[in-house]
Amino acid sequence: MSVLVLAEHHDGILVGATAHVVAAAKAIGGDVDILVAGENVGAVAEAAAKLDGVAKVRVADHAVYAHQLAEPMGALLAELAGDYSHVLAAASTTGKNVLPRVAALKDVSQISEIVEVVDADTFKRPIYAGNAIATVKSADSLKVITVRSTGFDAVAAGGSAAIEAVDFVADNAQSTFVKQELAESDRPELAAAKVVISGGRGMGSGENFKLLDGIADKLGAAIGASRAAVDAGFVPNDMQVGQTGKIVAPELYIAVGISGAIQHLAGMKDSKVIVAINKDEEAPIFQVADYGLVGDLFEILPELESKL
Amino acid sequence: MKVLVAVKRVIDYNVKIRVKADHSDVDLTNVKMAMNPFCEIAVEEAVRLKERGVATEVVAVTIGPKAAQEQLRTALALGADRAVHVETEERVESLAAAKLLAKVVEEEQPQLVILGKQAIDTDNNQTGQMLAALAGLPQGTFASEVAVEGDKLQVTREIDGGLQTVELTLPAIVTTDLRLNEPRYAKLPDIMKAKKKPLDVKSPADLGVEVASKLTLLKVESPAERKGGIKVGSVDELVDKLKNEAKVL
Repeated sequence: MSVLVLAEHHDGILVGATAHVVAAAKAIGGDVDILVAGENVGAVAEAAAKLDGVAKVRVADHAVYAHQLAEPMGALLAELAGDYSHVLAAASTTGKNVLPRVAALKDVSQISEIVEVVDADTFKRPIYAGNAIATVKSADSLKVITVRSTGFDAVAAGGSAAIEAVDFVADNAQSTFVKQELAESDRPELAAAKVVISGGRGMGSGENFKLLDGIADKLGAAIGASRAAVDAGFVPNDMQVGQTGKIVAPELYIAVGISGAIQHLAGMKDSKVIVAINKDEEAPIFQVADYGLVGDLFEILPELESKL
Repeated sequence: MKVLVAVKRVIDYNVKIRVKADHSDVDLTNVKMAMNPFCEIAVEEAVRLKERGVATEVVAVTIGPKAAQEQLRTALALGADRAVHVETEERVESLAAAKLLAKVVEEEQPQLVILGKQAIDTDNNQTGQMLAALAGLPQGTFASEVAVEGDKLQVTREIDGGLQTVELTLPAIVTTDLRLNEPRYAKLPDIMKAKKKPLDVKSPADLGVEVASKLTLLKVESPAERKGGIKVGSVDELVDKLKNEAKVL
């Protein structure tokens, strides 16, 4: 058995999710290799080589893999998959974009967003917006899997795997990168933050999201949002927590002015401690909250900030 | 150009689901079903392309039991011109669905295929990507904006951290994200007219596709219940509980 993990990286930096995927790969067993594909990814490969439990880092460094477009990435992974029993990636937008393509090229099923490895063929994954957990067993010779990072603890750094180049260059005449607009943020990454404070429709406006800043600064928290807040234009969509946004599982999740629709709960109900601040005593969020405070968020937030 | 839209019949997104007592699956008897919300967005986008004069014909397709024709009729009422139903009572996994759709694409030769990014029942987020691979076409997944320019397609995609724009050669596959558009409601006269629009029924055997999967669903369980929490009376009490009881501050 041998597992290939697709490294997640942006702007020349290895993303934390990769260390969680390596943990899932170790749970499956066998040798774990990492594939780093992109353009000018030397530093990413060095960082990947340090992850604990990695046998080998394979590097595909070529302009065709810049921005990790699905068409060349799919071809590359399908080419390398022959050497492995499992191919894993984080259930990020990159992993979700590329892995089903790889699976179809290899004529096997793909298993999405696993949260537990039962054995090398059997995995647990949430379905119906996290309202049920399915145990699935694959009889395919190759398992292509995306991993929900919040389901696995990251492996430590401290390894020193060998780095080797991959010669395969995919051709791609079908897709070209045009541009990218990334939201500016100096706060911790939403999916990896230990504390998350999120605002919903109850915040009233984008301006009012500033009320969360002071608390987020004091707690070292990331700021999230419900879909209602995103759709109302209060904040950009990459802040959305939920079934169709990001899945988070921090130590502490503070939901402010969020009613708690099942689609939102799907993104945060595995948080260790949930706090809800809402003026509606009947809001469904109170059914999952460990601590609920009923009241006006415009009074509560400044008071909370001053008392932290 | 011709646009093909794939739709799926799923449990209504407002329904609180129940796991069957024998843990074999989720209980779907006597539960309200509807078109998957992401598929509604796909239909809406196709109809808008037609209204702008970009698309000449919109074909809706679904795979599933007889009852799934309801969702095809909904797509027709929203503006699709005709429908194709691949009828099967079996559980169809993403790979088989993509193979069936690839056959329909081969027959229909659309310039653009629009699917939802994921179905809210299985939460897989796979079929569009698999179809693209099988049909040998480029993919624009998680689209929040789509623009046809000659024989090219510009797709703005929602990615972690922001937005990315890619240009694809046509024909291409697009999967919709929530912010692509706001789907319209079907009007009563259109619902009546939709009953007369053509609807072809095929079987997986007609298309030469084997539906059986190598993936077995062993068990479905309810997720671990969260313990009932408490309501606190003040900010002071909240901070105290977080510090001394939960120990997360």
